[in-house]
Amino acid sequence: MIENFQILYPEIFLSLSILIILMVGVFIKKSYNLVTNLTFLILLILIAILFNEKGNTLIFSDVFIRDSFSNIIKILILISSLLILYSSQIFIKENNINKFEYPIIFLIAILGMFFMVSANDLILFYLGLELQSLALYILTAIDRDNLRATESGIKFFILSALSSGLLLYGCSLLYGFTGSTNFEIINNELTSENIGAVFAMVFILVGLAFKVSAVPFHMWTPDVFEGSPSSITSFFAIVPKIAGIAVFIRFMQVPFENILIEWQSIVIFLSIASMILGAVAAIGQKNIKRLIAYSSIGHIGYALAGIATGTLSGYSSSILYIAIYAVMNLGIFGCIFLMKKDGKYTEEINDLSGISTKHPLISISFLIILFSLAGIPPLGGFFAKFYVFMSVVESEMYTLAIIGLLTTVISAFYYLKIIKIIYFDEIVKPFDENKNFSISGTIFISCIFLITFFLYPSIFNDLILTAVSK
Amino acid sequence: MNFPILSSIIFLPFLGALFIFLSQSKTSSNKSAIYVSLFTSIANFLLSIFLWYSFDRNFTGFQFVEEKNWISGLIKFKLGIDGISILFIVLTTFIAPICILSCVNSVKSRVKEFLITILVLQTFMLGVFCSLDLVIFYLFFEAGLIPMFLIIGIWGGPRRVYSAYKFFLYTLLGSVLMLIAIIAIYWISGTTDLVQILEFKIPKEYQYLLWLAFFSSFAVKLPMWPVHTWLPDAHVEAPTAGSVILASILLKMAGYGFLRFSVGMFPVASEYFTPLVYTLSTIAIIYTSLVALMQEDMKKLIAYSSVAHMGYVTLGIFTFTKQGIEGSIYQMISHGLISAALFLSVGVLYDRTHSRLINSYGGIVNILPKFSLIFMIFTLSALGIPGTSGFVGEFLVLLGIFQKNYFVAILASLGVILAAAYMLWLYKRVIFGKLNNDNIKKIKDINLSEGLVLSLLAIATIVFGFYPEPILDTISVSSDYLIENYKKDLIYHLMVNK
Repeated sequence: MIENFQILYPEIFLSLSILIILMVGVFIKKSYNLVTNLTFLILLILIAILFNEKGNTLIFSDVFIRDSFSNIIKILILISSLLILYSSQIFIKENNINKFEYPIIFLIAILGMFFMVSANDLILFYLGLELQSLALYILTAIDRDNLRATESGIKFFILSALSSGLLLYGCSLLYGFTGSTNFEIINNELTSENIGAVFAMVFILVGLAFKVSAVPFHMWTPDVFEGSPSSITSFFAIVPKIAGIAVFIRFMQVPFENILIEWQSIVIFLSIASMILGAVAAIGQKNIKRLIAYSSIGHIGYALAGIATGTLSGYSSSILYIAIYAVMNLGIFGCIFLMKKDGKYTEEINDLSGISTKHPLISISFLIILFSLAGIPPLGGFFAKFYVFMSVVESEMYTLAIIGLLTTVISAFYYLKIIKIIYFDEIVKPFDENKNFSISGTIFISCIFLITFFLYPSIFNDLILTAVSK
Repeated sequence: MNFPILSSIIFLPFLGALFIFLSQSKTSSNKSAIYVSLFTSIANFLLSIFLWYSFDRNFTGFQFVEEKNWISGLIKFKLGIDGISILFIVLTTFIAPICILSCVNSVKSRVKEFLITILVLQTFMLGVFCSLDLVIFYLFFEAGLIPMFLIIGIWGGPRRVYSAYKFFLYTLLGSVLMLIAIIAIYWISGTTDLVQILEFKIPKEYQYLLWLAFFSSFAVKLPMWPVHTWLPDAHVEAPTAGSVILASILLKMAGYGFLRFSVGMFPVASEYFTPLVYTLSTIAIIYTSLVALMQEDMKKLIAYSSVAHMGYVTLGIFTFTKQGIEGSIYQMISHGLISAALFLSVGVLYDRTHSRLINSYGGIVNILPKFSLIFMIFTLSALGIPGTSGFVGEFLVLLGIFQKNYFVAILASLGVILAAAYMLWLYKRVIFGKLNNDNIKKIKDINLSEGLVLSLLAIATIVFGFYPEPILDTISVSSDYLIENYKKDLIYHLMVNK
């Protein structure tokens, strides 16, 4: 039993520290800075712990799994959360959302994701998912006095509750038809003759598709992205997506392994629909956060294309995709935190007009990140797409590959539009000078990663591939 | 030889760009940036001349090969050159300093950024000609879009945004299909290394689709009729240096791609689709020449003439004869020199009067005698008069095509006459006649840097017109080898079929 708890160290540490800093927050007045610094510390310690975890273990009667796959995902989640929180400090303070609950709820969401990606059982999976979702509802509406933020919080809550309901329905159907909630046992019981279980699989896929905002379950994304404060949006755009894709892969790999043909066609549909909608709907957007919402839908489409192959290389390519996507979004949100004129944050794309003459460094960062999002070599985004399409063509799904690559051309159009506004248009008004290292440091990390990725493109892929294949 | 000379040639301009980027401060003037970039590009030119000198002309395979593990187990970072690519490398490194010199007169704003993009673009272009791996090739081929998009968009004319978009999206659309084909080749043959693919011999049934996918990319880039429409727009709006690079090097990447990849990897499909290429090329030669006749804008006229000239290149490649292929390579090199010179000449006029319209000129010979003389050399070489490099290329291509198809050959020869018509008419309207426009009466003749650049190009065109030996000697062995392999592969696939 004690050994079992040793396996659970990261989660136990995280839960205890959440409780402690909650106390700190309650009993010490104006403790936002203290709580945030403690949060950074906790995240750093967690990263250190997870780097030292090795091996595959199932504990608590096979409910909780710890393997290299979940470790990699957790480290990804932690690093991106750390950078998001770090780069958004100025934004949080200047928008008066620096309440001590903010970092605590942040951590609770991360705890939920930890359980999600380590779940080997429907119940633990659902609990993790709900813990994460509850934290996200609150985060969306954390700017209580802002009408748009509360509206998007409610919207997100209602739609997400609906999808959780569908997911739960699927879980109970699955339990009914296979007789267990454990992934391994479900995997053994499940065959494509078991129509009821296939039905359950559809419900679970719908729920998961909602969480990663794949078309046609994407409706909440643009509103929530636009409505919530940018610091939350950056979290939304990155971290739950990583966890969602990881859970997607876990489901495809373990409980649904035997009904590959059935779910494959659904995932292909989700992928194609997301890629097309993400490419087309973003063209008309004027708000940069809304544009990023649609672009993230498109990117999820590419990640799902990797999953749709049903092969190990496909799974690992979609993890790599989502990791590079996270780096690109970190950079772009860093740039959004710098969009400030006369002390006011702006979100209109037209406000970027001609800033290249006054802010060459911000502009070149935008340039690198946007070309990378468009998938133009030799930047990191190209390799993300390259690996995905390698595995898609390997599985001989040429239609998916061709549609995917054609949508990259369409989506290149709106990325080019932003570059055009930054570089080709006349300057209207420069941004406020940024003297803070936290934002520029994050953007710098992101850009350097994207530029130098082509030197050793295989490091990360090899790492992920071994983790996925165990 | 252990010194990685190819990588140093490729990445030297990039280092120069990095240096300018890092030394960006408000105090340092544009002049120092120009000197740095000029220095790196000239050093690069000397390196490539050294490469040409130490190149073994009688060796059939690839030389100066560099290999490094890149994507573990899948793809190697492999560079190497043969008699075909060496010439394009020299051409690229020769054109780059010319562009940098020309920007002294024509680029007024953001000079440093301009130099950085030119140098980065040079790195990508050199990478295209050196790479021996399909993925590396694709990487450099596509990466070139970014700097070119910026050059057209930032420093271009009034309709620059439209043209930059059109250029970018057209080429990207063509190239993504090539990416799928490259990945498919990887799964068919197990490698993307060109040398190994050539040994592997891709099965016949795959070749047709793969050929079409590569064709879609190269046809847009070359450009062939009917996907050439981005080129006139891009040329008209791009600044002079941008037009020069576009016409003299970027278009050649497609011709090079046809030679190296389409013909080499898919011989059966190349043979099968030859009628398609002949048709499109002949239409390009006749149609775009006629369109060029009617142009009001000098840059547009030269752009259309480029499409026509590139038509000869594809015709020559797909004759699969020694004369045809050598002629098309020669034509690419000479067009690289001539079109660069023509765009520079138009740039000279544009810098002075800010007009590219033909009818706003006339009687220039009275005020710009030196310019008129040098412009005449280029006009004559563009129409392929004997004694200029343009003649050698077209003559060899026509020689090759006459062995294959009389009808196409006759139509293509008509193009030579049309070229004479539109070039001479252009020259007549701009240079001769009466000085009607008051604006142009005050302008000065070419200055030192312009004179230097233009006379360098003029010397090159005339030297290679009278003495084509250095170029033909370099490509001879490689083109023989290409044709020999092509024929062997065809026979091999015929045998396999039985």
